[in-house]
Amino acid sequence: MSIIVNELNYIYNPGTAMEVQALRDINLEISDGEFIGIIGHTGSGKSTLIQHLNGLIRATSGGIFYNGADIYDEGYDLRTLRTKVGLVFQYPEHQLFETTVMADVCYGPKNQGLDEKEAMLRAVASLNAVHFPEKHFYDSPFELSGGQKRRVAIAGVLAMNPEVLILDEPTAGLDPQGRDEILEMVSDLRRTQHITVILVSHSMEDVARYVDRLIVMNGGGIMYDDTPQAVFAHYKELEEVGLMAPQVTYVMHALAEAGIPVETGATTVAEAKDEIVRVLC
Amino acid sequence: MSLIVKARNIVYEYIRRDDDGNVEGIETALDQVDLDVKEGDFVAILGANGSGKSTLAKHINALLKPENGTLLVDGKDTLDDNETLAIRQTAGMVFQNPDNQIIASVVEEDVGFGPENIGIPTDEIWTRVEKSLRSVGMYHYRHHSPNRLSGGQKQRVAIAGVMAMKPKCIILDEPTAMLDPVGRQEVLSAVRELNEKNGITVILITHYMEETVHANRIFVMESGKVIMQGTPREIFSRVEELKEHHLTVPQVTELAWELKKAGLSLPDGILTKEELITALCQLSSTN
Ligand SMILES: Nc1ncnc2c1ncn2[C@@H]1O[C@H](COP(=O)(O)OP(=O)(O)OP(=O)(O)O)[C@@H](O)[C@H]1O
Ligand SMILES: Nc1ncnc2c1ncn2[C@@H]1O[C@H](COP(=O)(O)OP(=O)(O)OP(=O)(O)O)[C@@H](O)[C@H]1O
Ligand SMILES: [Mg+2]
Ligand SMILES: [Mg+2]
Repeated sequence: MSIIVNELNYIYNPGTAMEVQALRDINLEISDGEFIGIIGHTGSGKSTLIQHLNGLIRATSGGIFYNGADIYDEGYDLRTLRTKVGLVFQYPEHQLFETTVMADVCYGPKNQGLDEKEAMLRAVASLNAVHFPEKHFYDSPFELSGGQKRRVAIAGVLAMNPEVLILDEPTAGLDPQGRDEILEMVSDLRRTQHITVILVSHSMEDVARYVDRLIVMNGGGIMYDDTPQAVFAHYKELEEVGLMAPQVTYVMHALAEAGIPVETGATTVAEAKDEIVRVLC
Repeated sequence: MSLIVKARNIVYEYIRRDDDGNVEGIETALDQVDLDVKEGDFVAILGANGSGKSTLAKHINALLKPENGTLLVDGKDTLDDNETLAIRQTAGMVFQNPDNQIIASVVEEDVGFGPENIGIPTDEIWTRVEKSLRSVGMYHYRHHSPNRLSGGQKQRVAIAGVMAMKPKCIILDEPTAMLDPVGRQEVLSAVRELNEKNGITVILITHYMEETVHANRIFVMESGKVIMQGTPREIFSRVEELKEHHLTVPQVTELAWELKKAGLSLPDGILTKEELITALCQLSSTN
């Protein structure tokens, strides 16, 4: 069970003055239950890539295989694919359209054929999971603060119980506690329901803390595909492509340069603390 | 120094109505807020989702008007409709999503759009466009299409667009939320430079704690109220209290705090990498 991306290329507006090659020769294999992060400068192709994974965008060339089936085969059920591979968009406004929050979150499960009551149960559970305040359940999704809209958009996808959950910048606009809550929740879901999670993020701190495998995009191609520790060891190269390492990684390197014999691999507060305590206490 | 923003007891409620216009609910988004911002200051506003930050920002720009209390922006009362235009020129806004703020297909036209709209003579427009693009480091891109720029560059063009209106104060509502780390740094240093070199008052709303360590003052909001204020060092020393309000501290401050708990004797209120590294090196040499 996996997703395979084979020699994928994508060009926006081909043959016009606005032509942009957004993806070049992407090869990837994503196994069941992985927690993958995708980072890259703005415009590097992250959103374009993940919209291919649930069939929203069709490749200019190359193929995508979901659990062994070619999603571009004639007769392949793309509608079902979209409920199995749930995608939370980068801009929640692009995803909200119903008149109340509840109706919005019920939309997906109803589309899957659940009846009113089952859909409601799923919606309530998902809204609770993202800590959306109950008093706003029947308000318009457009009359919410930025972070509240984001939570509704995430709940809408969770309510479909997807096998693969793709989140495009899910924590942009969330307060620090919301950031941790959402990522903890996603992490738990992955552990307990064995779903695959793909997290696109501009927060180096978040990916360092949560993902097992980190893909770095640059100019439409894949630059690194490795563990976060191994990727962030290239912090100088990352800076040339719009990225950085987490703050604590810089602290470790600076300490090592100042002659304090610490290992420089730490990418999270906990790892940095353990290493500094080991050397200085 | 004079106050560029002086809010006294301002209250704002969003009223939700059903299809027939009957009131369904009232949300008190600002609840008797007092706020003083001195001209030339760099202030940051922090707070949980829904705590009222954007609502407050829109008041400073006179997009919303208080239902109770008074708000003076550069001495002008936002309730006075005759002052609305002047207030919007005094206090310019930059929002989260760079794409929604770009209007024209060439960078310099985009930046000139605001001044043109308020009837500034052509010669003067071009001077302003050049100056604002230079001040955010984007003059080189003046003939480019904004759509082809990176997020950080787009956001700097949006800031230049506000600058071209010659505001005394610029309000940024999560301007870096959609940017990569380098873009975030570019925008922040551009904003700091406007503050330090041109004396422009900056009001920065953000969920990234690291972005506020150079502010003169931080305000923390919760449920429509300002519940904490102080310098970054004062605010970020109150780690546990911040966490109760859904906030946190910069990553290095958190590391310093954890190291102290583990028994290392570090000073309070470490805010930057440099401070932490210096403190740890001192500790290591005295060991
Ligand atoms: N609808 C579109 N039409 C034309 N070009 C597009 C379109 N959407 C994206 N592009 C271009 O394709 C490239 C990849 O964009 P994409 O949105 O995938 O980047 P991203 O890595 O998600 O960036 P960000 O971090 O800003 O979200 C960019 O050059 C972008 O300008
Ligand atoms: N257009 C609106 N209609 C009704 N209520 C609104 C509207 N906009 C915001 N609110 C409510 O007012 C309160 C304050 O919202 P505001 O947008 O000021 O919060 P915020 O601090 O900017 O939050 P965030 O960090 O999520 O952007 C929230 O409870 C929100 O639900
Ligand atoms: Mg994107
Ligand atoms: Mg807001």
